Amino acid sequence: MAELTKGKRDIGGVVARQGILIAFVVFMIGFALANERFFAVDNIFGVIRSSAILGVMALGVTFVVIGGNLDLSVGSMMSFSTIVVLDLHDKLGPALAIPAMFAMTLGLGAFIGFLVGYLKLNSLIVTLGMLSAIHGLTLTYSGGQNMDIADKEGTWFSVFGQGVIAGVPVPILMFAGLAIVLSVVLSKTPFGRKVYAVGGNGTAATFSGVPRARVVFYTYLVSAFCVATAGLLQASRSLGSQNTVGQGMELEVLAAVILGGASLLGGSGTIFKTVIGVLILGFIQNGLLLMGLAFYAQYVVTWAIIILAVWLDIAAKRGRLWSPIA
Amino acid sequence: MNAESRNNLVKQGAIWVFILFELAFFSIAGEFLSVSEKAFMDFDNMLLLLKQSAPIGIIALGMTIIMINGNIDLSVGATYAFSAIVLLDSMTWPIFQGLGDWVIPVSWMLALLTGTVLGAINGLIVWKTGVDAFIVTLGSMLGYRGLVFMYNGEQPTSHLNWTLVDFAEAQFLGLHTATWFLFVAALALWLLMTRTVHGRNAYAIGNNREAAVNAGIRVGPHFLINFMLIGFLAALSAVVFYSESGSVNPNDGMLYELWAITAVVLGGTKLAGGYGSIISTIGGVIAIQLLRKGLGHIGADTETVNLVIGLILIAVLFLDRQLNRKGKEELKI
Amino acid sequence: MTDTLPALRLENIVKTFPGVRALDGVSFTVMPGEVHALMGENGAGKSTLMKVLGGIYQPDEGRIYMERQPTVMASPMEAKAKGVVFIHQELSLADELSVAENIFLGELPRKSFGRVDWEKLFSATDRILKTLNVSFDARKRVGDLSIANQQMVEIARALTVDPRAVIFDEPTASLTDAEKVVLFDVIADLRSRGVGIIYISHRMEEIFKITDRISVLRDGQYRGTLQTAATNEDEVTQLMIGRSLDLSRNDQHAELGDVALEVRGLSCGSLYRDVSFKVHRGEVVGFYGLVGAGRTEIVETVFGLRAPSSGQILLDGQEVRINSPVDAIRLGISLVPEDRKGQGLVLGMNCRDNMTLPQVDDLKAGPFVSDGAEVAIFDLYRDRLDIRTPGWRQLVGNLSGGNQQKIVIGKWLSMHPNVLIVDEPTRGIDVGSKSEIHNLIRGLAQQGYAVIVVSSEMPEVLHVSDRIVAMYHGRIMREFTSEEVTEDGLVQAISGISGDKVA
Repeated sequence: MAELTKGKRDIGGVVARQGILIAFVVFMIGFALANERFFAVDNIFGVIRSSAILGVMALGVTFVVIGGNLDLSVGSMMSFSTIVVLDLHDKLGPALAIPAMFAMTLGLGAFIGFLVGYLKLNSLIVTLGMLSAIHGLTLTYSGGQNMDIADKEGTWFSVFGQGVIAGVPVPILMFAGLAIVLSVVLSKTPFGRKVYAVGGNGTAATFSGVPRARVVFYTYLVSAFCVATAGLLQASRSLGSQNTVGQGMELEVLAAVILGGASLLGGSGTIFKTVIGVLILGFIQNGLLLMGLAFYAQYVVTWAIIILAVWLDIAAKRGRLWSPIA
Repeated sequence: MNAESRNNLVKQGAIWVFILFELAFFSIAGEFLSVSEKAFMDFDNMLLLLKQSAPIGIIALGMTIIMINGNIDLSVGATYAFSAIVLLDSMTWPIFQGLGDWVIPVSWMLALLTGTVLGAINGLIVWKTGVDAFIVTLGSMLGYRGLVFMYNGEQPTSHLNWTLVDFAEAQFLGLHTATWFLFVAALALWLLMTRTVHGRNAYAIGNNREAAVNAGIRVGPHFLINFMLIGFLAALSAVVFYSESGSVNPNDGMLYELWAITAVVLGGTKLAGGYGSIISTIGGVIAIQLLRKGLGHIGADTETVNLVIGLILIAVLFLDRQLNRKGKEELKI
Repeated sequence: MTDTLPALRLENIVKTFPGVRALDGVSFTVMPGEVHALMGENGAGKSTLMKVLGGIYQPDEGRIYMERQPTVMASPMEAKAKGVVFIHQELSLADELSVAENIFLGELPRKSFGRVDWEKLFSATDRILKTLNVSFDARKRVGDLSIANQQMVEIARALTVDPRAVIFDEPTASLTDAEKVVLFDVIADLRSRGVGIIYISHRMEEIFKITDRISVLRDGQYRGTLQTAATNEDEVTQLMIGRSLDLSRNDQHAELGDVALEVRGLSCGSLYRDVSFKVHRGEVVGFYGLVGAGRTEIVETVFGLRAPSSGQILLDGQEVRINSPVDAIRLGISLVPEDRKGQGLVLGMNCRDNMTLPQVDDLKAGPFVSDGAEVAIFDLYRDRLDIRTPGWRQLVGNLSGGNQQKIVIGKWLSMHPNVLIVDEPTRGIDVGSKSEIHNLIRGLAQQGYAVIVVSSEMPEVLHVSDRIVAMYHGRIMREFTSEEVTEDGLVQAISGISGDKVA
């Protein structure tokens, strides 16, 4: 029996991946032609800055997805973090509020990680349920009110969301910094290797002595940490917030992760690719806005993007565009 | 009778036992903790319960079929809201002005058509691209909600037609209109699942897709029909509810998919597909509604109720997993 | 008989998959009313050939003829409509539905409005069930039936049309002796109705009992057809394995060291009971038996994947508790699993990462994984095991079966285990790699490893083992040393006849 490598299929996959990039380049050119504001430096910077918060959350979700699971709770968890840190800022002072908020958010992440990792419950349903539960938790905590910091001028807390260091906005620095750290963790540490193994073939990972439950648990902690960071950035940017600020973000985050090429089945994807996905999503949304598209039409566009991206990925893997379902 | 069939009987009966337990618990607890004078198991209260079960209940019926297929539909809440908007708004369209009250059935048809079309889009994408239903409907959950917001921004869409409201609030033979819709839909779907080829095929496809395909069952059109069905039911649910309420907010219907799934799974349908029934879903719907009412009766607020339901969902998922394991002899994967 | 038209004829069938030429110009005929065995080792192409006949695969070249007419089997439905029915090894039933609904899956009789015509359904089913002489009812839920009865449902499915040919793929794998008798009666009945039967199996005893002719495939090629009555097992075996594979009895023994692993009275529910054995350093103990004998379940228990209900496991004389593979690995036990793609490898990861996965925590430089250390391990075992791959970055899913298996073996050898367990070492692997792996296993014994081999291939287990443990339905029937073992003795032991009973 001959030993052929599956070269042909890899080329198909490369084409599909380039397909998305090619489409993106075409879009960018289209947007630039349609609206000269698109390539203005401050516009580009603006897009990256406003993508930072979404991007930070996407980094954490990347871990969860590579590990073979989903996390639909990140949007409401981010609302929770934002509200909590704003509330505690006035009660405990920023220096204590920040770690307290992180602890609480990590606690939520640990709970989810326990349910999905150790009890092995379905992550889609569990995190969907947690989306609702945490939303309720946030409402109870805030008493239905929006949160505002009393003394907006006098606090150093705003540095995270509004500060600028060496000409670069702090949120972008934090996004980049976190991306670099998590990228190293994912690609160079034993933990990162195990995440890929568990997501790629959980059974084989167990057969190879990987503590599957524990690995999944940690991916949710990473995600919660990233969400807490995003909440910090958000709270610090506006120094006040509605308690629904993160609503719907879980789907945009997922769209970014999918656009970046991570497989929703687990075992593939990288931090770098997710960052690209975040940027692609940000630029497409920005371009459409500049072209005069209604704000909420973005949702429809994001939907189309998610479907197209997953479809092309699946099509590349099976070698046929259309499904073989009769 | 082997272990598996014993398990199945236990599961089928469990939800009704749970309901009885709830009735007992809340009746007794209500004596001590209740804020109101009336007993829990008051006849009117129970009738109201059935009426309030209708919106989620009708959707849950459709979700049952989708889940038996081994699929899931996360976009039902958005479909519900969008159909509601079409229902209410279309009654104000200039073309229909001459119809008077006859605009009501027309608007109903339009709303139901909307739901069916939205469902068809989901079904077609699942069939033709091969993308998993949960991703497709996760996307349409967002996309259809976008359509909802695009219609009227963040404003509510309202229209009150008193004839319609009177009809919706009416009671026929003691049951509310909404309750009738729920029962008729349940009966129709029960007949579909137990007596027709389409229904039996749904179990086959969910149970052993490959065997079904090899036996010549055409899975693609089957999925399309089922998605259109649940889209229709989501719209029907909206029609039933909003005929009475008269005003829809763009955020309405949020997380209805979660409640529907909870009711279906609570009733005993397996997440993996191939097993479940309309009757058990009705059981699940009633159980949840009973829980809501019961907790309210003893003074719990909405958030506590949501929390308890969330915990129950977790418990049910856990049980679903446990009962599907083959016991001690299983691999510890 | 010579004037009769063949029920089916396959001519020069070629079927390739990426990297593998599964069928290389195979021709095959079935006469009506004959039971024709199709034999060959794992991977020889038997299932592939039958899947072509059954409409699941389309041949790349070659033709199918039914009674001299060329025909195409475009799908299982079409094949069945033309009278060719395939009874798979993995039953394709919907266990939530009733027997009747399964038998008529996809062809439920209808009334108006898409309703099922239950009367017609049940009466047609009852008719078929009667001809099969079965004890269960048409309304029974298939999931509630025993495996043997489920198989009967599959067979009943075949009888909804008037079949010309029925293909059985390893039908007796999970049957008791009594159930086998029922099956053979059904086959005899089909035969008397003029149906051509193709019987795929490894079990010589059955084949010599019920078949008329035996055709042999090896490595995707047709090797010949023998008249059952006129041949014997050796002739068939020779056709199956040819001369290229040295499967002589193992006569070289290494020096026996101490007992590395001892199992005492181990039981696990109904899977296996009261199992006791020892494995010394320097020896290979082979576990032989049919599917369901409990061999894999025992090694899974030793590896911490299964909790035993009673009994003890001792390593180097000390009793140990092994609650998970993490424990097992820490105690020096390695398992090369039965299903290399599903359990042994992460197909989407590269060769090196797959190989170093169990020890990735120990290959660190600071907090990071040491690239160099990993590549060193890969290079070492690539050379030692002669693994063919363009480089360590190659995704393991792209390698051939033999090389994939070597990666798994390399993975576990690099752990320097006290006890190495290999479950089905050469399943689905080409002849060349097979013999490499056999030599490797023998070599490990020479080096002083304690090795357990689980195998379903008698020539293999005879060739590599120093001692053979024969199992049947969860019990150890008999242990043989390689000097005293005979093929008859083995066959009898794994079929439930213990050493002290007269054949």
